[in-house]
Amino acid sequence: MKASTGSTSGRVLTMDELAAVIARDIAEGSYVNLGIGQPTKIADHLTPEQGVVLHTENGMLGMGRKAEERLGDVIDADLTNAGKVPVVETPGCSYFHHADSFAMMRGGHLDVCVLGAFQVSRTGDLANWSTGRPGDIPAVGGAMDLAIGAKDVFVMMTLFAKDGSPKLVEACTMPLTGVGCVSRVYSDHGVFDLTPEGVGIRETYGVDEFELRRRLGLDG
Amino acid sequence: MSRAQLLDSADEAVTGIEDGSTILIGGFGLAGMPFDLIDALIRQGATDLTVVANNAGNGEVGLAALLQAGRVRKVLCSFPRQVDSYVFDELYRAGRIELEVVPQGNLAERMRAAGAGIGAFFCPTGVGTPLAEGKETRTIEGRDYVLEYPIKGDYALVSAYRADAMGNLVYRRTARNFGPVMATAATTTIVQVGEVVPIGALDPEAIVTPSIYVDRIVQVEARHYTVEGAR
Repeated sequence: MKASTGSTSGRVLTMDELAAVIARDIAEGSYVNLGIGQPTKIADHLTPEQGVVLHTENGMLGMGRKAEERLGDVIDADLTNAGKVPVVETPGCSYFHHADSFAMMRGGHLDVCVLGAFQVSRTGDLANWSTGRPGDIPAVGGAMDLAIGAKDVFVMMTLFAKDGSPKLVEACTMPLTGVGCVSRVYSDHGVFDLTPEGVGIRETYGVDEFELRRRLGLDG
Repeated sequence: MSRAQLLDSADEAVTGIEDGSTILIGGFGLAGMPFDLIDALIRQGATDLTVVANNAGNGEVGLAALLQAGRVRKVLCSFPRQVDSYVFDELYRAGRIELEVVPQGNLAERMRAAGAGIGAFFCPTGVGTPLAEGKETRTIEGRDYVLEYPIKGDYALVSAYRADAMGNLVYRRTARNFGPVMATAATTTIVQVGEVVPIGALDPEAIVTPSIYVDRIVQVEARHYTVEGAR
């Protein structure tokens, strides 16, 4: 992991810009799982020089980009990512069954996993699988396995919900995916390290640290 | 386990499946879904089934068609809700189907345990979440774990790429997914394949599912479906 650059952008980042920031922070040669949704954008910003190997829960290491007909790729329904979108192979890729795929995850072999989130607590609790609203059909997929598996679990999210409430909170109010599992939060307003000593701010975007701490209700 | 039977049709392959059976159905979305066996199961007529699968069907084909036919009492899966899971969604909202949501890795490992003769295992997934409520927990070397029990099937319906006449299997790309695990976890494992080759034609080093786990094999036509259908 690269050291904090301490950089401050003059404006809030788009999710695509945030994906580039996360891609920059992933160490060379890492084995990485990118969760469904926003985190999949990170793949577009990883450089070949980084030599990052992508894991997909449905049984593949060395997953390539999305298959595109206009590039002349063979669209193969037997080769998809976790979001069931056709992808391509990369040289050196491998396939394995589901129990092995999750053993790889649960066993702590992946270096980094990046997940989306509804809420993250200051102590790293993650809520990203269920809104808890009655009538919603619950669906967890691999979220709980991913949350406790990788050596580093990063969250990629907007810092504030549509109603303006912070998503980095003192305690999650939504059903938990994992307890104390998130080590870093990448958001459009800043990057946070969640440590036993408290929340550390690595970078801020479009807002200064003092204002960010105030809006999040963080001490000092 | 006696040698696998090579059958002429999917209908022959699913004979004897009783009402109330637990059926493990392979596939991740549409990749690796045993369409021909499911269609044959619908024709066969067994009902009141418990289905274990990763998803709860897409569109109106495969598993979704089995649900639509009203044959399934309960689904154990990790991710029922998808853009095209409307058959399941309607049944669930109408209270006509039971759902047990299981984290995906637990689904796989619980079937692996069933196939491997493991009585139960302590797993860190889901600790402190609603899906672990009411389950026994234990702290081992400072980490918390939840006790998880095996999931055993009466039948497994699996799609593989190629079989030899013994029942040794190889899979294709990410269509492998749950197939090898489910093949070990059912009393009777029924496999549809794109091609059956002579004994000795598969590289023994490359066999993914050894023949001992396979009971019935049927060769089916390769199925072509649109990419849109796989999303």
